[in-house]
Amino acid sequence: MLARADDPATLLIAPTGGGKTLAGFLPTLADLATGDHAGLHTLYISPLKALAADIRRNLTTPVTEMGLPIRIEDRTGDTSSHTKRRQRADPPHILLTTPESLALLTSYEDAPRIFAGLKRVVIDEVHALAESKRGDQLMLALSRLQALCPGLRRVGLSATVEDPPALARYMAHGNSPCEILSADPGPEPDIAMLATAEPPPWAGGGAAYAIPAVLDQVRRHKTTLIFHNTRAQAEIFFHNLWLANDDALPIGIHHGSLDRVQRERVEAAMVRGELRAVVCTGSLDLGLDWGDVDLVIQVGAPKNVKRLVQRIGRANHRYNAPSKALLVPANRFEVVECRAALDAVRARDLDGEARGPGPRDVLCQHILIRACAGPFNADALFAEVTGAGAYATLSRAEFDACLDFCATGGYALRAYDQWQRLQQRADGDWQLRDPRSARLIRMNIGTIQDTDTLKVRMRRARGGKPLGEIEEGFAATLTPGDTFLIGGQIVRFESLREMVVEVSRDPGRKPKIATYMGTKFATSTQLSARILQILAAPDWPDLPEPVRDWLHLQRHVSQMPEPDSLLIESFGHDGREHLCIYGFAGRNAMQTLGLLVTKRMEETGLAPLGFVATDYATLIWGLEPVTDAAPLLAPDALRAGLDSWLMSNAVMKRTFRASAMIAGLIQRNTPGARKNGRQATMSSDILYDTLVKYDPAHLLLDITRQEAMRGLVDFGRIEEMLTRVAGRVTLRRLARVSPLAAPLFLEAGRMPVEGAAQERLLAEESARLLAAAGLAP
Amino acid sequence: MDGYQFTLAGTQLTALPSGALYWEARNLLCVSDLHLGKALRRARMGEPPLPPYETRDTLTRLESDLRRTGAATVICLGDSFDDSAAAGHLPDAEKLWIAKLQAGRRWVWIEGNHDPGPVDLGGAHMAELPAPPLTFRHIARAGQSGEISGHYHPKVRLALKGRSLSRPAFLIDSDRVILPAFGTYTGGLWSDDAVFTGLMRRDALAVLTGAMAHAVPMPRGVQRP
Repeated sequence: MLARADDPATLLIAPTGGGKTLAGFLPTLADLATGDHAGLHTLYISPLKALAADIRRNLTTPVTEMGLPIRIEDRTGDTSSHTKRRQRADPPHILLTTPESLALLTSYEDAPRIFAGLKRVVIDEVHALAESKRGDQLMLALSRLQALCPGLRRVGLSATVEDPPALARYMAHGNSPCEILSADPGPEPDIAMLATAEPPPWAGGGAAYAIPAVLDQVRRHKTTLIFHNTRAQAEIFFHNLWLANDDALPIGIHHGSLDRVQRERVEAAMVRGELRAVVCTGSLDLGLDWGDVDLVIQVGAPKNVKRLVQRIGRANHRYNAPSKALLVPANRFEVVECRAALDAVRARDLDGEARGPGPRDVLCQHILIRACAGPFNADALFAEVTGAGAYATLSRAEFDACLDFCATGGYALRAYDQWQRLQQRADGDWQLRDPRSARLIRMNIGTIQDTDTLKVRMRRARGGKPLGEIEEGFAATLTPGDTFLIGGQIVRFESLREMVVEVSRDPGRKPKIATYMGTKFATSTQLSARILQILAAPDWPDLPEPVRDWLHLQRHVSQMPEPDSLLIESFGHDGREHLCIYGFAGRNAMQTLGLLVTKRMEETGLAPLGFVATDYATLIWGLEPVTDAAPLLAPDALRAGLDSWLMSNAVMKRTFRASAMIAGLIQRNTPGARKNGRQATMSSDILYDTLVKYDPAHLLLDITRQEAMRGLVDFGRIEEMLTRVAGRVTLRRLARVSPLAAPLFLEAGRMPVEGAAQERLLAEESARLLAAAGLAP
Repeated sequence: MDGYQFTLAGTQLTALPSGALYWEARNLLCVSDLHLGKALRRARMGEPPLPPYETRDTLTRLESDLRRTGAATVICLGDSFDDSAAAGHLPDAEKLWIAKLQAGRRWVWIEGNHDPGPVDLGGAHMAELPAPPLTFRHIARAGQSGEISGHYHPKVRLALKGRSLSRPAFLIDSDRVILPAFGTYTGGLWSDDAVFTGLMRRDALAVLTGAMAHAVPMPRGVQRP
């Protein structure tokens, strides 16, 4: 690292525990040891607040021991306002912070003074940042710093990634080179599928069948991390684990919906080595080196090979011991997926979805942040912004549209000439019309898309203990008396008061409503391709016997899905017609496909009633048999569906809401929001519907359509599937349910077809409620 | 006329699916909380410029209700404008549109907390309007009967077989009706808020707006000891 200290950018790739963070600071420490640098020298950026605090402790110890004249401080959302003010007036030599806190710092008018003398920036976990808008925001902030401090050197620290040169281009400034240093990846991981006495069930994601075998592994290891893909699954598994934990092994739970105090308690117990296992989710994917983890268990198919490899790296942080990991498929299909993932890990074949050009909602926020810092020149800002890798291909027209959105709202109807948010001065520079609006902009900096969550508390006379958070949408479906799991305990829903969910302890052993929503990962393209290859094999000698028999039966009564064509099965069952589409495009895309195809079916009189989607297939049920599937899957029709009616779907509205918040059209935080009362807040759906109706070409709708190619809508994966099968659609009419389709009947998350159905449900509910209350309709 | 028909103080009224209230015997249409000019007002305050189409949208829906009912009297139940200056800032085309809607009708602006003063548009301006046996005012008063008010933007949410649905709603009991907000850019207050627990009788109904007007018992907050 010292030899490369003067390179403009360096990307250091090493597995967790390789000491790479300290390596990133070596040139800084060498530089500062002389004691003649005044002011800020090095910025350290981490996606986690906790990591910034941890690195501060780890750095301060050697610096103090060596008696170096270096001041090291962290600055995050948790830092006191007093300390923050002092840091602005008199910055430390090394400042450890997060992308959001950095963006806020750049929004101050005295930013040039704060950052004067800045020499280096160290970006930790850059692989994780690069997958989200937080990374895009960071790179834009760095483009600003680069303009203020032209000699700024960048160091990125990353775990193993599939395409290091792409990550290097992402973090480098403009065309300047970024050297890639890869540390020895260490010995091959020791990874296998967990052997269980009972075979996995046909469907479901709980993996309750594996509890005895998992407990046995926990007993035989010092510390085990038990990863789950969703918070709900982690809760259910933890609950079942405790019911079977006869030896009372100390086991904790950790996920992002739990109250911060509870999470910190688990983390502290872990560091002290008091826990034998922690049931967790992605909340432990990054960050601190924790005690002696000697086993990682992944429950449920890993969905993504790269994430699996990074999780496996959490075991055995000693550099040259192999990491040990076990995969636990939750159902029979996941056995195939786990097999495919094991093959991919051994072949070091990592997956990654290309992220496309830098998102424009983040750019809009960046322009507003820039305006808070003082008047700016549009040409200069455009030059800065295109110096960030993700925005290198941004056209001037796109930039100008974002600037116009920030200034006037960018509407076809020019209504705000007098009241623009940004105004052009006589010299052509842009500035805030009303300097007071800077406060609102600063309060809403950030790109983290927290879904609307409500706090959950024990019901007490004076504010009970906080337990964590649940999604507002889930809370709205609860009626008093419903029971659910949170933090490993069963609670009873009592009431919703002032946006707090009040619950009481429930003595039962089984929650009535087991799951709450939450993001579900979709199986990656690469992993899906490997699964299709496995299915196409003539036999499966390395799969467990029940799974083998199941696949052979499928081949016998129907056929296997193949990589280069699209298998669709049609059969009657239980008085309904069914259509099963094996698209292997991942859960979100298969869900969208379900929406689009049922819409087409409704238009052509096939009377669909509902559908359910998994990572590999969509099962639709209805009244009429489908005899010709090709028109339902015609690419043009699907694309037209996305453009027209899918725009009114709730998923699109959620996508819009996130972008509108990031771009600064609507605000999460307003001063005195509590005082105004809740009737002041209007749903973002209203703005969305208004734009669709009166201004369909508006920038934010354009951004929403682009976002729909990924994420919850994931139309890009449907396009990929259509390209892969190139019109080769095979429809098999069967006498009954096929073996591959059978598990879909047990899947949760069945979607009724929207529209008329909803009004009918509402009418029924209205009649039922009135009758129950003894009222005439 | 589709909508939910009910009786208040011996008077037959209809809660229209749009959120307007129709009194057939007097051929009178009542709408509340239009909040015209909200987007522009927000921009004047230095807030983000919202899509400037809400006045157009609100007037379009009002016009369609007027066409369907042929109402001879229109009562705007307060907070018709987002602030006292908003009426003056409306674009000329929208002022003209309002004048066209007013032509040949009796039109009453009841004052609200957002728009307390008179507006420079046609129509009468009143603090409240007694129309025995009913009284029209912006904010409900405890202990009154035969009262028609707005102000709170009531909203209801229901759990429908695992899905949740929320709609602006009329709240109705034997003493009063509280109208949902008619304006396009309006949020709402859940019917289980303490305000409604105090104002509305135990057997109150909520009539949800939307494609059709659906009545349900008013979902209410839990009374605490």
